[in-house]
Amino acid sequence: MRFDYDTSYQDSKRLLRYRSDQLIYGLTLALLLAAPWLLPKYYVGELTYLYIMAIASLGLMVLSGYTGQVSLGHAAFLAVGAYAHAWFLGQGLPFAASILLATALSGLVGLALGLPAIRVSGLYLAMVTLAFAILIEHVLGRWKSVTGGFNGMPVADPSLFGLDLSGLKSFYFLCLGCLIVILLLLINLMRGRTGRAFVGVRDSEAAAASLGIWVAGHKVLAFVISAAVSGFAGALLAHHMRHITPEGFSLLLSLELVLMVTIGGLGSLRGAILGAFLIGMVPAFISQIKPYLGDRISKQFGLEIFFFGLILAFFVLFEPKGLNGRWLKVKAFFETFPLYRKDVFRRGKTYMKSERYR
Amino acid sequence: MPPEIAAVLQLVLNGMATGAIYALVALGLVITYKATEVLSFAHGDVLMASAFVAWGLIVGLGLSFWLAAVLTMVFAAVLGWQIDARVMRRIVGQPQFSGVMLTIAIAFMLRGLVSMLFGPESRSYPTPWTQQTTQIGALVVSDLHLVILAAALALTAMIYLFLRYSALGISIQAASQNQLAAYLSGIRVKQLTSLVWALAGAVAGICGLLLAPIALVDISLWIVVLKALSALVLGGFGSIPGAIVGGLLLGLIEQFAGVYLPDGSKDVAAYVVLIATLILWPRGLLGEAHGRRV
Repeated sequence: MRFDYDTSYQDSKRLLRYRSDQLIYGLTLALLLAAPWLLPKYYVGELTYLYIMAIASLGLMVLSGYTGQVSLGHAAFLAVGAYAHAWFLGQGLPFAASILLATALSGLVGLALGLPAIRVSGLYLAMVTLAFAILIEHVLGRWKSVTGGFNGMPVADPSLFGLDLSGLKSFYFLCLGCLIVILLLLINLMRGRTGRAFVGVRDSEAAAASLGIWVAGHKVLAFVISAAVSGFAGALLAHHMRHITPEGFSLLLSLELVLMVTIGGLGSLRGAILGAFLIGMVPAFISQIKPYLGDRISKQFGLEIFFFGLILAFFVLFEPKGLNGRWLKVKAFFETFPLYRKDVFRRGKTYMKSERYR
Repeated sequence: MPPEIAAVLQLVLNGMATGAIYALVALGLVITYKATEVLSFAHGDVLMASAFVAWGLIVGLGLSFWLAAVLTMVFAAVLGWQIDARVMRRIVGQPQFSGVMLTIAIAFMLRGLVSMLFGPESRSYPTPWTQQTTQIGALVVSDLHLVILAAALALTAMIYLFLRYSALGISIQAASQNQLAAYLSGIRVKQLTSLVWALAGAVAGICGLLLAPIALVDISLWIVVLKALSALVLGGFGSIPGAIVGGLLLGLIEQFAGVYLPDGSKDVAAYVVLIATLILWPRGLLGEAHGRRV
C-alpha cells in the first residue's frame, strides 16, 4: 500500500506524483514518439486519426463529463472548425493563423448555442444540441458558395513556418503534439478554480449557486471551451480527410463522440482518451475481421454500427464508470493488494427517482 | 371554391396526413417517457424493424395484409417487452443519461441487425388502400393518409382513456410518479413497466406498418423519431394530447414551409421548431408546468 508523505507544498501540486506514474506515462510517451518507425504506414495513419478523435472527445468531456451538460450534436462544432479552417486556408492564410481563427470561430458558435441552450437541461438540452447538429449539416450542404455543397471542398496541405507537415510522419507528430498540449491545458484548467466550479455545477446547481458560483456563466464557459477544442480537432480532421463533405460530420459522428466519453467514463480526461481510442479503433478492427465472416454479413455496413451498440450497451450495463472506472479498480487492486474486496465498488439497490423537477 | 383556397386546404390536408404519422410516433415515445422517464431513442428503430418484418410477411411469405399487420404488432410488442425486461430494467435508478445511452445502444444494434439481415435496398409492399384516393369536395386525398389519421386519433383516444380510467392505467400512473410507493402498495412495477414498453412497441409496429407504404421500407425510416421528438416538444413534453396536437401542427408547418419558404426549409423546419420551442417556450402547447425543487 501507498501512503502520501508530502515534504513540501509543491509535492501535492505535481501532475505525476509517484515514480510509477512517471514510469508509465514516460514509457507511453516514448512508445508513441517511436511509433512512426515501429509501425506499418497504415497504423500510423490510424493512430493519427485516433489522436484527432481524442482531442474532440476531450472537448466533449469538458461539457458532458465535467459540467454535466449532455450534447448529442458535437459533430457540428467539428464541422464548423473543419470548414472554417479549410476556407481560411483557401483564402491564403498561413496554417497557424487559420487554425486559431477556426478554433475561435467554433468557440463563438459554441457561445451562440450555449447562451440560449443553458435555459434547458438534461434531455431537453440533448434534443436541442441534436437538432442543432442536423441544422448545421443542412446549412453546410446548402451554402454552396462557401462550402461547395454536398460535393465538399478540398483542404490545402498543412505547413508551419515554411515546413511541410503533410507527410505521414510529420502530420502524426503535429497531431500528437496538439493532443499533449491540449491535454495539459485541460488538466490544469480542470483541477483549478474553473474546473472545480464546473464539477460543482454538474453535481448540484443549487449548491453551486449558494456557494457563490456563477452557474449560468460557467455553463456557457464550458460550452465555449468545449466548442473551441472540438473545432480545433475538426480543423485537424479536415487535413486527415483531405476533402471534407457534410456527410463526414453527420449524426453518427456526434453519437460516436458521445460513445467515446460515455465508454471512457464521464468526468475524467483519461477516460476521454481511452474511449476515443476504443471507439476509434472499431472501424479498423471490423475491416480486419471482415474476411473471416460470411460474404453475406461482411458486405453490409451494419456490422460497424452493431458493434458500436454492443460495446455501448455492455459498458452502460456492466461498467457505468467506463474504462476509467475499470482502470481505477485495477489500480486499487494492486495498490491494496491482499486487502482488495469486490464490495469496495459495489452498487446498492436503486429505485427510480424522478428527474422531472430538476 | 376559388383555386387559392382549395390549394391551401389541400396543403392543410396533406400536412395533417404527415402530421398524423409524427403524432403516432410521438405517442409511442410519450407513453414510455411518462411511465419510466426513459426517452426511447430506439423507438424509431423498432418502427423500422417492424416495417421490415411486415415486408417479409407480406411479400416474402405472401400473407394477407391484415394477418401480417397483427403479426407485426405482436412482434413489435414482444420486442418492446424484451427490451425492457432484459435490458432497460438493469439500469433503473441510474441517471437519466444512462437511459438515453442504453436506448441509443439498442437502436444501433437493431439498425445493424436489420441491415445485416435484409440488406440496404429499399422496398415496398401493397396495402388495401394503396393507389386509392377519396374526393372531398374539390380536394383529393389518398386513402392511406385517411387511414393513418383515423388510426392516430383512435389510438390516442384509447390510450388516453386506458391511462385515465382503467385500474391498470392508474397503476401505471402511480408507478411513474413514485416507483417505491407504488411497489409498496402492491403494484407489480416490473411487469407494469414491461407492459408499457410492449404497448409502445405495438404503437411503433403500427406506425412502421402504415409509414412504410408511403416512404418505402428502408433503414432510414428511423429518422421519423427525430421529427416526432420535435412534435413532442411542440405539443408539450410528457402530455398525450400534446403529442397528437404537436404532431399534426408540425405536419402543417412542414407542408407550408415547403411551399412558402425558400428551398430546403421543409427539411429543417422540424429542427428549427424544436430549438425555438425549447428555448423560447419550454412548456409547449399542452405541457405541464416545470417546477424547480431544491
